[in-house]
Amino acid sequence: MGAIIEIDHLSKQYGSGTKALDDVSLTIDEGEIIALLGPNGAGKTTMISIICGLVVPTGGTVRVGGHDIRTDWRAARKLIGLVPQEIALEPFEKVINCVRFTRGLYGMPPDDAYIERILRALALWDKRDAATRELSGGMKRRVLIAKALSHQPKVLFLDEPTAGVDVALRREMWQVVGDLRREGVTIILTTHYLEEAEEMADRVGVIAKGQLLLVRPTAELMGEFGKKTLNIELDAPLEAIPDDLADRGVVLTDGRHLRYDYDTRAERTGIARLLGDLASRGITVRDVSTRQSSLEEVFLSLVSEDAA
Amino acid sequence: MNALNWHGIWAIFHHEMTRFFRTIWQSLASPVLSTVLYFVVFGAAIGGRIQSVEGVEYGAFIVPGLMMLTVLQQAVSNASFGIYFPKFSGTIFEYLVSPVGWIEVTLGFVGAAAVKAIMIALVILVTSFAFVGVHILHPFWMLAFLILSSLGFSLLGFIIGLWAKSFEQLQIVPMMVIMPLVFLGGAFYSASMLPPFWEGVAKLNPVLYLISGFRWAFFGLADVPVGTSLFAVALMVVVCMAVIRWIFATGWRLRE
Repeated sequence: MGAIIEIDHLSKQYGSGTKALDDVSLTIDEGEIIALLGPNGAGKTTMISIICGLVVPTGGTVRVGGHDIRTDWRAARKLIGLVPQEIALEPFEKVINCVRFTRGLYGMPPDDAYIERILRALALWDKRDAATRELSGGMKRRVLIAKALSHQPKVLFLDEPTAGVDVALRREMWQVVGDLRREGVTIILTTHYLEEAEEMADRVGVIAKGQLLLVRPTAELMGEFGKKTLNIELDAPLEAIPDDLADRGVVLTDGRHLRYDYDTRAERTGIARLLGDLASRGITVRDVSTRQSSLEEVFLSLVSEDAA
Repeated sequence: MNALNWHGIWAIFHHEMTRFFRTIWQSLASPVLSTVLYFVVFGAAIGGRIQSVEGVEYGAFIVPGLMMLTVLQQAVSNASFGIYFPKFSGTIFEYLVSPVGWIEVTLGFVGAAAVKAIMIALVILVTSFAFVGVHILHPFWMLAFLILSSLGFSLLGFIIGLWAKSFEQLQIVPMMVIMPLVFLGGAFYSASMLPPFWEGVAKLNPVLYLISGFRWAFFGLADVPVGTSLFAVALMVVVCMAVIRWIFATGWRLRE
């Protein structure tokens, strides 16, 4: 797949001197899902706002589908759908009219069959004649997605799509994103729920202080930066851990459990040696389990490394 | 690909007109009731003392002023509310991220506000037929002044809506500036009825030129030359368009 978004040395400095985005370059391929992670004020929303036309950059260029967002903005914007973080809808307007309106705004002729398809896909068809103020928060968010999809965009930006929604609805949103991926829509999402990025994204970009620290395939990032923990349940309780094991980082968490953190990138993880040493000391192992660090831990580790 | 986005213009226009038709009876009842009251108060009470102005029956003389009063009020309030509400509700982002530029947004909102104002003005004209006999001397020019004035004040209202940060600000300019200018602009009298000094002062009021031109189209009577009236309203349209273009180019009060 070719590149759908090409961001080249993008910068944004506000009048106050604050650098919201500092020399960011990124290429996003057609059909992929990329999650942008970062703390509040990292520059994620600024980046999305620049690409969508809400904020004017102070440096660099962005091309969407080969169209420069500043010199060929009409063509670029036709390819983009945006689901904003805040729920903003005309309160007295019917759901179906809201979606039709957005389609028209993007220069597309009416197509009620397509509007019906997206409203059905988002489980909004039964509410099509309801005023948006009568809908629940989750439904309003789905209306925003329907509006963003109304003009058949190639790129969809989801700015914190599941912020403040319950677990069931979050799963429902993931389902919607999964369906869009199958239709070939490129999706760029920002999120604080790292589980969300882990679940949906092909690649993860980490932004902090306006800089793109890294972009990696999600699985690779987890493998590269992920630490694993080996939990060992013992057959009989131990009073103390032998010194040489303690020196290798083995921790007695309670009398019957040992914990050993290891790096998946290391040539030798030390697991076999540890189990051998336990056996040679007559310490019988009842069970072992491993746990991989979550993306959240990976993210916090990256941001703290950058701060250091 | 710099052609106008006609679907975008229509979407905004249609959306605004739908809002108008959703409350059609409130939209029409209020100006019609006001007109009836003006006829009762000005036509019957004052008209009893002022039989005619420059040969035109007083009741008929105030019809163009009443129409213009309504046009200006409706054009300003519809256009200002039309663009202010998306700012208030947060939906303004849609206009800023979609492939519509300042000209499409302006044509959509201002076109709808002007059409609404013209429709209400025509309802008032029809209502006035129930009270007085009105003969329109220059129907083409009457329509031309009606359309241009509606456009000019819709553009002004649009600027007010872009500028306003609260509903209070949205109300203050129409109440404190436009209404006094309309009342002092000869809606209910001819400037020639004023003492010379006040007649001179009245001619500093831009609304006088609109009402004068409009009244000329009805009765052939004008306080200022018709060409000057046309120039004044055309100038207003051009200046307002330039201001709106600047607002969209800089993002003032839009992207803050």
